[in-house]
Amino acid sequence: MNARLINWFKFSSPATFYPLAGKMVPIFTLLAVVLIGVGLYMSFFVAPTDYKQGEGYRIIFVHVPAAWMSMFIYLIMAFWAGLGLVFNTRLSGMMTRALAPTGAIFAFLALWTGAFWGKPMWGTWWVWDARLTSELILLFLYLGYLALQGSIDDTRRADRAGALLVLVGVVNIPIIYYSVQWWNTLHQGATISMDNGSKMGVTMLWTMLIMALGFWAYTIAVALARVRSIILEREADTTWVSELAEVRR
Amino acid sequence: MSVAEFFDMGGYALYVWGSFGVSALLMIIEPIMLRSHRRSVLQRISRIVRMKAEEKV
Amino acid sequence: MFSAFKTLVGRDLLLAMRRRSDLFTTLFFFVIVVSLFPLGIGPELNTLRLIAPGVFWVAALLASMLALERLFAIDYEDGALEQMLLAPQPLFILVLAKVTAHWLVTGLPLVLMAPLLGLQYDMATDALMAMVISLLLGTPALSLIGAIGAALTLGLRGGGVLVSLLVLPLYIPVLIFGSGAVEATASGLGGQGHLSMLGAILVLSLLFAPIASSAALRISAE
Repeated sequence: MNARLINWFKFSSPATFYPLAGKMVPIFTLLAVVLIGVGLYMSFFVAPTDYKQGEGYRIIFVHVPAAWMSMFIYLIMAFWAGLGLVFNTRLSGMMTRALAPTGAIFAFLALWTGAFWGKPMWGTWWVWDARLTSELILLFLYLGYLALQGSIDDTRRADRAGALLVLVGVVNIPIIYYSVQWWNTLHQGATISMDNGSKMGVTMLWTMLIMALGFWAYTIAVALARVRSIILEREADTTWVSELAEVRR
Repeated sequence: MSVAEFFDMGGYALYVWGSFGVSALLMIIEPIMLRSHRRSVLQRISRIVRMKAEEKV
Repeated sequence: MFSAFKTLVGRDLLLAMRRRSDLFTTLFFFVIVVSLFPLGIGPELNTLRLIAPGVFWVAALLASMLALERLFAIDYEDGALEQMLLAPQPLFILVLAKVTAHWLVTGLPLVLMAPLLGLQYDMATDALMAMVISLLLGTPALSLIGAIGAALTLGLRGGGVLVSLLVLPLYIPVLIFGSGAVEATASGLGGQGHLSMLGAILVLSLLFAPIASSAALRISAE
């Protein structure tokens, strides 16, 4: 038990993590390319046309995985943030920071594709639906984190302040989601419901899962690549960085 | 199914390609920007390292 | 512990009384935002009555956010905050005291002013009552949640704008239940459900926000 604990902390040192991340990036890039390639093939050629929504429903294969990832990434950020505040490891703050832009991109994509789905299905680009509204607030939370990180020059303070903000956000997300849902049911007349009417076929579910896995691999690859740049920037003065092959060149 | 039919998406072309296109665009731009950022960071650091090495000599 | 709380509240109130212009800025902002809406939307009383809850609550949100910047800033600049960090009393008690004083100075006048402004919107008496109660429950929660953002952005450039980015998403539940209470009362449905939710939010933020704020203060003042 004790040996394993030490082992984990060894990887939390930026100097050990940097080369490890470098080895993992190509693996996850390959995984992402393959999974997203298969997912795209399935979403256009294998998944059957929906009898109600025609071809337009194919947006679901990018919309739902993007929405899942945007929420999942925030949870992972909260995990790293908590770890960073408790154990005071430098790497945790860097991981939180490295995940945030990708999470914001997925939140934006979920909103964007949601709008492109809503227009043909419901006739408007935007509906104040509970899920859409919560996703918008999630995007705001990401942007707030990035703005806070960007305006603090001292990296230690930036990491810890950011971590606290992420944790406050993650506690608030259920409250926000619940209140938005309540607000929505109170205000929504007999207009539109989010239910698609059609039951999800097995092929559709698989396609969505494969796309989500592809996005997941993409997130890991991108976050690890970004954390490598962050490590280099922050550890620029150390000996191990100056001895790296890519620096000595 | 012909190619034109495929791209028409049963009349939903704008919506389907609008969402898939923008997603693809962002997911391609992000790695490219990361790569260029990494390159500039490496350049900056190796310049500093070289300057330090010259100072020692 | 309680005496420390009382002393700090008294001190902050005294300081606020010395610079009374600060006190009126927030209130005046609230009054002017609320009075601007009819000019933008039109004097139709039926419309105004409909939008009043939302307008009042959004104005209250903005006003309380505007006042946040000064919550810790003055103590941070003159070094009093460092003394508080070193004080033997637990920090969250001191934070709670500062937030209480801050609410008494910026939040309470706003609550008292609201019914007067409500008359401009031709609101019914029971809706006015619901508005006062909801503001009374909601604005302290706003101050408490906002204190976290104020502590995180302490001494940063562009702190005012940054605070709004951090804090406004967290204000959303208060906004929803606050304006919902007024709306429900105005339409005859009764706002008790909303008000009890607001009360729950207030209790939760009383419990957790001072702890988070004091952690943020320690991070910022390190």
